Amino acid sequence: MGGYFSDLFSGTKSLLDGMWVTLKEFPKRPVTLSYPHESLKMYARYRGHIELIGDEENKPNCVVCGMCERACPSGCIHLAGEKPEGGKKKVLTSYTLDFTTCSLCGSCVESCNFDAIRFSNEYNLASTRKEDFIIDLLKRLEEQDK
Amino acid sequence: MSQPIELQKDETFVLNVGPQHPATHGVLRVKMTMDGEYIYKAETVLGYIHRMHEKMAENRTYPQYMPNMGRLDYLSAMAFNHGYALVVERACGIEVPERAEYIRVITVELNRISSHLVWLGAYVLDLGGFTPLMYCFDDREQILDLLESVTGSRLTYCYFRFGGLYNDIDDEFITGTRAFIIRMRKELKMYAKLVTGNIILMKRLQGHGIIDKDMCQRYGATGPVARGSGLNYDVRKNEPYSVYPELDFDIPVNDGCDSYARYLVRMEEMEQSLRIIEQALDKLPEGPVNPEKKPKLIKPPSGDYYAAVETARGNFGIRLVSDGGKNAYRLKLRSPTYSNMHLFDEACRGMLLADALAFMGSLDLVIPEMDR
Ligand code: SF4
Ligand code: SF4
Repeated sequence: MGGYFSDLFSGTKSLLDGMWVTLKEFPKRPVTLSYPHESLKMYARYRGHIELIGDEENKPNCVVCGMCERACPSGCIHLAGEKPEGGKKKVLTSYTLDFTTCSLCGSCVESCNFDAIRFSNEYNLASTRKEDFIIDLLKRLEEQDK
Repeated sequence: MSQPIELQKDETFVLNVGPQHPATHGVLRVKMTMDGEYIYKAETVLGYIHRMHEKMAENRTYPQYMPNMGRLDYLSAMAFNHGYALVVERACGIEVPERAEYIRVITVELNRISSHLVWLGAYVLDLGGFTPLMYCFDDREQILDLLESVTGSRLTYCYFRFGGLYNDIDDEFITGTRAFIIRMRKELKMYAKLVTGNIILMKRLQGHGIIDKDMCQRYGATGPVARGSGLNYDVRKNEPYSVYPELDFDIPVNDGCDSYARYLVRMEEMEQSLRIIEQALDKLPEGPVNPEKKPKLIKPPSGDYYAAVETARGNFGIRLVSDGGKNAYRLKLRSPTYSNMHLFDEACRGMLLADALAFMGSLDLVIPEMDR
């Protein structure tokens, strides 16, 4: 019988404790955002999919050495380049990223010695089509605001 | 604990828990042979998310394998990063700068707290209390924000590199972490009041899910599961690595052997992790976070190497056999919940189904790490 009353007493206390904690949260501001009406600004180091870095005229810094392609564990980078006639350096002609298999590990960014790729801040990427994640980075760079 | 008088083997039926079951928090299937409401036998069936992580190590270079470490235990990925970095550093004899070691410890311990917070929220949710989950996720969000600001990712970190780190931490991270420590200490008091002292929780956990010391040793259970049965074993103390020997912290041990003991051990561990982070921040030396001569090509000399770390769930061991090539010859991962899960069958025999699920939650299972 004694156990019954002590249980009843501590049960009531637990209940009141819980209600008090909840009550204290009541006047606080919400910690969530109403996405997609509002969205967060990502940290500078946030790893979105990679993007090419260009010069002032949006010409890519890439010298087509292929280091990033080799470093990638999932083989999601495909690039090609050609030597223009009379030119010395190779010029990038295509750079596609298959974001469906990218693990955002950073190996490609680390392996590039020419400051030609970095992580973007892109994260609003929901889609139901696979093709939307095969990203033509060269086109993306060319379409960027100068 | 309620024990059935005598189990009738010929009157049993099979009940499938999972592979899609809210209490398993992942694709785990447990084939339970039931005698009425009581469990006669429980057989764990793995393989639903087997991804051949060990085999993958054999067909990619050492740095290329690092992202896999974030995908085993998605709740304490940082510790897995540490384990893999450690074994390759041992194999190649790479020295790690002191600052990097301290940052490793800080991030791993932050990750440990966030992992325990998910466990706490999800466990109390399993037992029928919804509100604590919200508070836990709010606190965990602070940690994820901090870690995201240095590592760039929120869960599947790929932050450690052989000999150092992907990048250094900044002052913002340090002030943010200090503010978090103050906040978390207050929150832990709130959890003690809201959850630990709650009579319903105590009645559900105390005296249920008994695993004794001997059983833990036989199955190789580690982490809070073993420490909740009075086994004082923690890799950070027993086989010290990194800068843990220079930090002052205790290993919480509880002799209760029941679900409540494991619960208390994890709650105390969060406090100890806060202590570790605080000291590491105070002692954080200046300097580089990567060795001066960063090894270009990782090719460990042929041999057999082993390293173990303490993750949020226990001992994570990693054995590397190298033949001197660019890829590992064989990589064996020893993950904590795989062993912790295997005592479930023996421990849950004769238990009521509802109690068994409460017991399963107290083991803190992360399925992708068990089934790799
Ligand atoms: S981040 Fe990693 S997986 Fe993604 S493209 Fe770069 S190297 Fe490949
Ligand atoms: S490593 Fe850099 S420079 Fe070389 S191909 Fe890749 S992006 Fe271009």
